Amino acid sequence: MVADPGGDGRAGGRGRYRLSDLGALEAHSIHVFREVAAEFERPTLLFSGGKDSVVMLHVARKAFWPAPIPFSVLHVDTGRNFTEVLEFRDRCVAASGVRLVVARVQDDIDAGRTVEDTSPGATRNRLQTPTLLRAIAEGKHDAVFGGARRDEEKARAKERIFSFRDEFGQWDPKNQRPELWNLYNARHRKGEHIRVFPLSNWTELDVWNYIRAERIDVPSIYLAHRRRVFQRDGMLMALTEHLAPAGDEPVFETMVRFRTVGDADCTGCVESMADTLDLVAAEVAATRLTERGATRADDRISEAGMEDRKREGYF
Amino acid sequence: MPELLRLATAGSVDDGKSTLIGRLLYDAKGIFEDQLEAIRRTSEERGQVETDLALLTDGLRAEREQGITIDVAYRYFATPKRKFIIADTPGHAQYTRNMVTGASNAHVSLILIDARKGVIEQTRRHAFLSSMLGVPHMVLCVNKMDLIDWDQERYERIKSDFMEFAARLNVHDITFIPVSALRGDNVVQRSEHMWWYEGSPLLNHLESVYIGSDENFIDPRFPVQYVIRSQSAENPDFRGYAGTVASGVLRPGDDLLVLPSGMTSRIASILTPEGELAEAFPPMAVVITLEDDIAVSRGDVLCRPNNRPMLTHDLEATVCWMDERSALSEGKSYFLKQSTRTVRATAETLQYRLDVNGLHRDEEATALEINEIGRVSFRCTEPLMVDDYTTNRTTGSFIVIDPTTNATVGAGVVRVIATTHASPNVVRHGGRLSRAERFAALGAQGATVLFTGLSGAGKSTLAAGVEEALVRSGRSAFLLDGDNLRHGLNGDLGFSDRDRTENVRRAGEVARMFAEAGSVALIALICPFEEDRRLIRALHDEAGLPYVEIFVDTSLEECERRDPKGLYARARAGQLPGFTGIDSDYERPTDPDLVLGPDAGSLPEQVATVLEALDGLAR
Repeated sequence: MVADPGGDGRAGGRGRYRLSDLGALEAHSIHVFREVAAEFERPTLLFSGGKDSVVMLHVARKAFWPAPIPFSVLHVDTGRNFTEVLEFRDRCVAASGVRLVVARVQDDIDAGRTVEDTSPGATRNRLQTPTLLRAIAEGKHDAVFGGARRDEEKARAKERIFSFRDEFGQWDPKNQRPELWNLYNARHRKGEHIRVFPLSNWTELDVWNYIRAERIDVPSIYLAHRRRVFQRDGMLMALTEHLAPAGDEPVFETMVRFRTVGDADCTGCVESMADTLDLVAAEVAATRLTERGATRADDRISEAGMEDRKREGYF
Repeated sequence: MPELLRLATAGSVDDGKSTLIGRLLYDAKGIFEDQLEAIRRTSEERGQVETDLALLTDGLRAEREQGITIDVAYRYFATPKRKFIIADTPGHAQYTRNMVTGASNAHVSLILIDARKGVIEQTRRHAFLSSMLGVPHMVLCVNKMDLIDWDQERYERIKSDFMEFAARLNVHDITFIPVSALRGDNVVQRSEHMWWYEGSPLLNHLESVYIGSDENFIDPRFPVQYVIRSQSAENPDFRGYAGTVASGVLRPGDDLLVLPSGMTSRIASILTPEGELAEAFPPMAVVITLEDDIAVSRGDVLCRPNNRPMLTHDLEATVCWMDERSALSEGKSYFLKQSTRTVRATAETLQYRLDVNGLHRDEEATALEINEIGRVSFRCTEPLMVDDYTTNRTTGSFIVIDPTTNATVGAGVVRVIATTHASPNVVRHGGRLSRAERFAALGAQGATVLFTGLSGAGKSTLAAGVEEALVRSGRSAFLLDGDNLRHGLNGDLGFSDRDRTENVRRAGEVARMFAEAGSVALIALICPFEEDRRLIRALHDEAGLPYVEIFVDTSLEECERRDPKGLYARARAGQLPGFTGIDSDYERPTDPDLVLGPDAGSLPEQVATVLEALDGLAR
């Protein structure tokens, strides 16, 4: 936690009692984690290995230190993840001593619970929702931590920190519980659950500055590296086992990094030379494009794309 | 090191609030190219010539359809000086609850006024809600100045209309800025059209408004949120209390009182994963260990033995109702969540309902419907530890939860009236002497004189002159000087409005005792608020003791020229926030017994005038 001893000496010396902006954000997130641990029986934390979930796990560890994190983590595996990220996920989970539950989209497809859209260009983005809801029900989870931030997208900008979901996992944007001060209403009936977003007030830049200040390990693909890519819909897509170029999409090699980590078949990368955390933070501070707008095909579905998916129970 | 500033905006449907926020984000480079591109396309599709910046903040589909903002949306942007979180709340009448939600955590409340319409009901409602929620700073943006030809006179009229209303509210830092959100005048860039406006543009003001003293660093309160137990090799038997410091400063070694149990202990250590801390202050999230092995659990409050919240089953609160499916009515039962405690409570009495402007009370009301505000008495099944909301936004606030639907149906701010602190079991002990007997035996009558006026007005000089004259003539007199009192009796008080009121109350109580003992108590105190002066007078009237209020009427210019302690210079330099006359008001006494000062003759002449007044009372 970053306090400011000495301060600016104004107002009768009280200026020294000041937290930095990151210190205040971290303190609030810790407050949220502890509130959930105190008021729910079976929380879980959605952990993809992406930077937001890594920061969540880091803050959670601080919230309960010196005791271990009192809940498990859950990964919804689409089967289309970047290998580097899956490896990182396992390493990170092993180091923090939490229990990882993996819910596979493929299992739901195989069991006929969901039907895969096999048309060209289709992604498994929407298929994640039924798998997520199944995992929540199987784990009897009454609270689910998500790493969503309000600065990511317009529908998220309106979501509460404690976001109520009915027994079908659905979000009703018009009927959200008012959220005042630091008072969070955790009450719910059996079968209902609350999505909790401890990083709601963080921005992408805050996340990077925090990762840098706290020396948090992140998947290597966030840092600039050499990779074979091709252009599609104005985005740079990586050539992987999950995605191949069409005939008219020439492949070339260049220095890139990823701003978000989603499925390999719908997450683009950006050309970048930022191969250290400092350089990444500097690049994010200077960027003029949102992370989702720049690199996420799944968010370009329609102007109200995110709102529709959230209503259904998406992250 | 950048600071975090929380801003709540409010405005009517079409006074251009979304445009203003859009403009702020756009000009401060708080939006991204792709967002801008998206709204540029939408604007074009709708046939608008200019890009509609309001589209940036109107997030939900229903809003785009109806063209209004229907919920609280959060926006983020940063400048090198500060990081800003904007809670963008609708002005639409039925959505008062969202405005309350957005303002609950805010440092600054930004209210928009359409320059063509001036102060309307909506403006008053928002100002009242901001005041009720204790938002420390208020900024009034008089928008659409371009549509009234940048007319200074109309702007000034709106300003004075608002100030007349605001005088009745509990807001102390109000700033007016004439803007055109559409054209960008005085938002980020200074307006070229309004040369007559001498203040800062909006962004500049938001970057510099002083928020350092908004937290309460005086009253230590640590609501225990979660008990951490650990049995690892390094910590074989660890037991710590995790929570967020609500107010005050905590240090290892501090004596602690645990409520509601009443047990005491001491802070052994304040821990974070980075190491032990020498002190913790709001809003830090820490773990505290105690020296003694006593039972403490979630919902308990750690405080100091001599500085504790009110422990009560009965709660007086101003409540905003937020549920459209049910109304609050007497006899209904709810859950109250306050700090880290949730208790069952019954709404015993709805004392009154406030009108939308917050100024008229309807005592006949029997229910609170959605968006209505009223004073409610609750009876709780378990005690709560509360402070008055004006001193503590954390321990003085709660939400109301419906036990059948689990919905959050209301929000309340606790009102603790200072004078009710005395336990009903404390009965005044009468001595054997009556006052008449005492005064007759002493050959003198006690009285109190209050000298009020600006800092540097000459109150202490005049009071000291009176004291000397009285004592030399064989009477008992004693000067209670404001500055001196702050070194001892009032050493625990700061300069917040509440502390100032307490400062005055204590001075008044001590003076009353001196007067009762047969002395002439001379209080030299700025005492800027009429209400406080009335309080001292009431104390004496009630006790039947003579009382004289003297207004030492020295102009601000003259006081500032004298500046005997260099305080005005420091206040002007921004080093003394809340300094009377500079950024805190001095309310001129409406009915003083005497008005003295530079125009009332020499010092000896003025002393004589005071002695005459005292003699007059004695006879």
